[in-house]
Amino acid sequence: MGFKHLINSKKILSLLAVFMLLGTSMLFAQGTEAAPAADAVKDNGLATAGYYILLFLIVCFIIGIVGKILRVFDLTQQIQGKNPINWNNVMGICCLIFLIAGAYGAYWEFTVHGSMILPGAASEHGVKIDEMFWTTTVLTMIVFVVTQILLFTFLFRYRYNKNRRGHFLPHNNTIEKVWTIAPAIVLTILVIFGFFTWQKITDSTDAKGEPASINIDITGHQFAWELRYTGRDGILGKTNYKLVTGINKLGIDFRDKNSYDDLQADTMVIPVRKSVRLNIHAQDVIHSVYMPHFRVQLNAVPGLPTFFKFKPTITTAEMRTKLDNPNFEYEILCNKICGGSHYIMKKIVRVVSEAEYQAWIAQQKPYLTDAVKKSLKFAVTEKKEVQPNRLALNN
Amino acid sequence: MSTLAVHDHGVAHHEDDHGQHHHKATFLNTYIFSQDHKMIAKQFLITGMTMAFIAMILSILFRIQLAYPDKAFPLMETLLGRFAPGGRLDSNFYLALVTIHGTIMVFFVLTAGLSGTFANLLIPLQLGVRDMASPFMNMLSYWFFFIASLIMLSSFLVQKGPASGGWTIYPPLSALPKAMPGSGMGMTLWLISMVLFIASQLMAGINYVSTILNMRTKGMDLWKMPLSVWALFLTAVLGVLSFPVLVAGVVLLIFDRSFGTSFYLSDIVLNGTQIQPYEGGSPILFQHLFWFLGHPEVYIVIMPAMGISSEVMSVNSRKPIFGYHAMVYSLIGITVLSFIVWGHHMFVTGMNPFLGGVFMITTLIIAVPSAVKTFNWLATLWRGNIRFTSAMLFAIGMVSFFISGGLTGIFLGNAALDINLHDTYFVVAHFHLVMGSAAIFGMLAGVYHWFPKMFGRMMNERLGYLHFWLTFIGAYLVFFPMHFMGLDGVPRRYYAFTEFESMKQWLSVNTFITWAAIMSGVAQLAFLFNFIHSIFWGKKAPQNPWEANTLEWTTPVEHLHGNWPGEIPTVYRWPYDYSKPGAEHDFIPQTVPLSETMSSNLPHDFEDNPVGLEEHTKWASAQKSNEEVK
Repeated sequence: MGFKHLINSKKILSLLAVFMLLGTSMLFAQGTEAAPAADAVKDNGLATAGYYILLFLIVCFIIGIVGKILRVFDLTQQIQGKNPINWNNVMGICCLIFLIAGAYGAYWEFTVHGSMILPGAASEHGVKIDEMFWTTTVLTMIVFVVTQILLFTFLFRYRYNKNRRGHFLPHNNTIEKVWTIAPAIVLTILVIFGFFTWQKITDSTDAKGEPASINIDITGHQFAWELRYTGRDGILGKTNYKLVTGINKLGIDFRDKNSYDDLQADTMVIPVRKSVRLNIHAQDVIHSVYMPHFRVQLNAVPGLPTFFKFKPTITTAEMRTKLDNPNFEYEILCNKICGGSHYIMKKIVRVVSEAEYQAWIAQQKPYLTDAVKKSLKFAVTEKKEVQPNRLALNN
Repeated sequence: MSTLAVHDHGVAHHEDDHGQHHHKATFLNTYIFSQDHKMIAKQFLITGMTMAFIAMILSILFRIQLAYPDKAFPLMETLLGRFAPGGRLDSNFYLALVTIHGTIMVFFVLTAGLSGTFANLLIPLQLGVRDMASPFMNMLSYWFFFIASLIMLSSFLVQKGPASGGWTIYPPLSALPKAMPGSGMGMTLWLISMVLFIASQLMAGINYVSTILNMRTKGMDLWKMPLSVWALFLTAVLGVLSFPVLVAGVVLLIFDRSFGTSFYLSDIVLNGTQIQPYEGGSPILFQHLFWFLGHPEVYIVIMPAMGISSEVMSVNSRKPIFGYHAMVYSLIGITVLSFIVWGHHMFVTGMNPFLGGVFMITTLIIAVPSAVKTFNWLATLWRGNIRFTSAMLFAIGMVSFFISGGLTGIFLGNAALDINLHDTYFVVAHFHLVMGSAAIFGMLAGVYHWFPKMFGRMMNERLGYLHFWLTFIGAYLVFFPMHFMGLDGVPRRYYAFTEFESMKQWLSVNTFITWAAIMSGVAQLAFLFNFIHSIFWGKKAPQNPWEANTLEWTTPVEHLHGNWPGEIPTVYRWPYDYSKPGAEHDFIPQTVPLSETMSSNLPHDFEDNPVGLEEHTKWASAQKSNEEVK
């Protein structure tokens, strides 16, 4: 008797139907996804697209059937004088399920993808940024978890019930004051903390007693970075965009004697624990010098030289052992859209010991190459100065 | 004065011969060049939705590229031709897709589609107005928008493709046609389209503001307006004050491009040797002008969604919105503050670092009113009697996204943290949640909620549920992992993540995101089907399907020009008297005078009405003595 009742129960039947339909659709999905992968190589993809469209239509069809089943079920319930499906309850429960599944999903994200993020900062100011990042993360995550839990539990807890009425609560000044002032205080703390960190990071003057920073010019153009190191004098010569030619890519003004020993380099090699001042230039469009590991980023703007001072603290070799990745390299990316090949614009950065740095820099070639010298022979006269200008106008 | 006169004329006209019009209703003036605000609202909605679907398809195209950077899809070449040689998207065309996706979504969908639809529909209906202050300008506004949309889309037809410098079109990239193919004709079309678009927004905004300020029905003082109207009002004010600045920026850019000026250009050498003659300009100037609109713009996008959600949540929780005044003041706070935070988009552009510090302070202050709004929504749900209509679910989704996306704003608003997060996927995740998803959910909540008002029929709720859950889960699946990509320093607007060793670990995540995006994209077809099917074959709507208090539900289901057949109703109370203790039903429409609801009146209802309060206390004491007698 009981068994028969169970079989007859329409609820069970429709549930069974739903499961069967979902099952077949999933099987279908697997089947069709696997099949086109092999075919895709030879045909033009139309068949693949066809499979997916067919799959989509099947899913639509199934959804339609499920909808009809639910509707029929609803109507039979009504005919039998029973309550139809209470969608408010269903949705309330869905909200609860979403909360639990979402909590697990967020936890999974934080543990799995969260472990794929950048390693700790490899620069002095970066450590401070990291500290602030983690403070902010903790504070916001508390708010995130609490508010989302409240939101979805309220939805479940206070779902519709026709015997109940909402609680008429138009306002409560005390509680409103509390939750205006509380975030205000938290944000004030973050602002003060952030403001002073920002001030300190952007302060580019060398402190008294501190040895002068190493000056490196980095110039962005479509789609590469050019580097210029100082020679023995520690000073970079002047540049002028009007002097740019095929052999003088940076437009270095060789009338300035400081420029004679300026060095070119393919890789940015910098000594560890020494202050580096990047002078950032752009020749054509805006680029952005982005060195994620050092927490360094500043745009390179044509016509507006900018600079960023930082002190690397971890050498490339140390970082390789730390990350257990023998191929690790620090990188400079371009992080401001600059054209079609924006995504390949990079430069390798290598942080080395002082001794290695000295050995490396001794081998770098000056910008004043023989070819430049040859052209300069003529350039000593006024003619040279006019020529590029005329070129400019012709362009 | 003149608006008042027009208003009076309108009333007289409709009272003389209501339902019958002097002019003949033809197809042309009913459906195309209509000056009726309800029809214009529908025109905005349908155009906005069309644009949204186009922009969504663009996003799926570039998502496919990100998921399978090395794979060729011959079908893509069949469809896109020269833009996808060999079945792989061209890297310049990828950037064009990103650019046009952003532009369409921000401006054409979430500004014009959202404000345009709901301001046109709700302002007259919820305030008791026969039509907009200037119906003709209203019509013009739509047609400017429509032409702007066509021009924007037509840029796909030019040889070198559409604008591709990102939706922020920073010069010099956008100013120099030689810098990238998209900066040629495509950029010109983008600029023309935007100028027309802004003209459309200004005409619309001025109309909204003047209608709200001048034409409210009797009894509808500002503090009795529903929050949706408050939000639309402040949005319109924001738009009117900030859009002209973008026009200025855009016009100067047109000058730089076409007339040889150097407002934004200086010291430029192209292709290594081509020295450009520009001197003395500043690319940063454009960024200031752009973000002076650009930041208010994100509030132009989100505030209507907030207003709609507040309204929908109050109706479906059967509870007054918690802290109505606080909700209005926080909207006003956001409006005012949004004008002084634009610099947080420019922390790392080389702007003076001191300015960065100042903008950081103002930016984090703006989080306070946003927090207040969130807490008030939660308090509105607390001890409510929540009806899960599709609209309600979308409003809730809006709140959830607003929290998730808003919190990451605290990272990005902090100049020091922004150094490493600027222009990474963290930013992409942040704004897609807080203004993308949240605003589109607000818009969808509005569509589901006011669909009966717009089309006189009901939408299918169960299909709405399906649409909601697929979209809601899909959006989280798409954008949540992006935060971690950003924290790994993965830059946005990269054509492929194959060139950098460090980014290759994200390839599988990108594939996952793409499939999640395709799923949520497909889920929109459920909505599209529901929408179109319900317009023609949906269940006929009753007059007040959601048992709401606001005025729009007192108009007849069958639309008529002038909205109300007889006199415009008078308003006696605020719009949120839900579940008031002592009342017969759990809602009391705004048109019911306090004198008819003596049993549910509270002393609070008579704050600025001493005579009424006296009556109320008299009545209350009489009740009390009656009970004592019993």
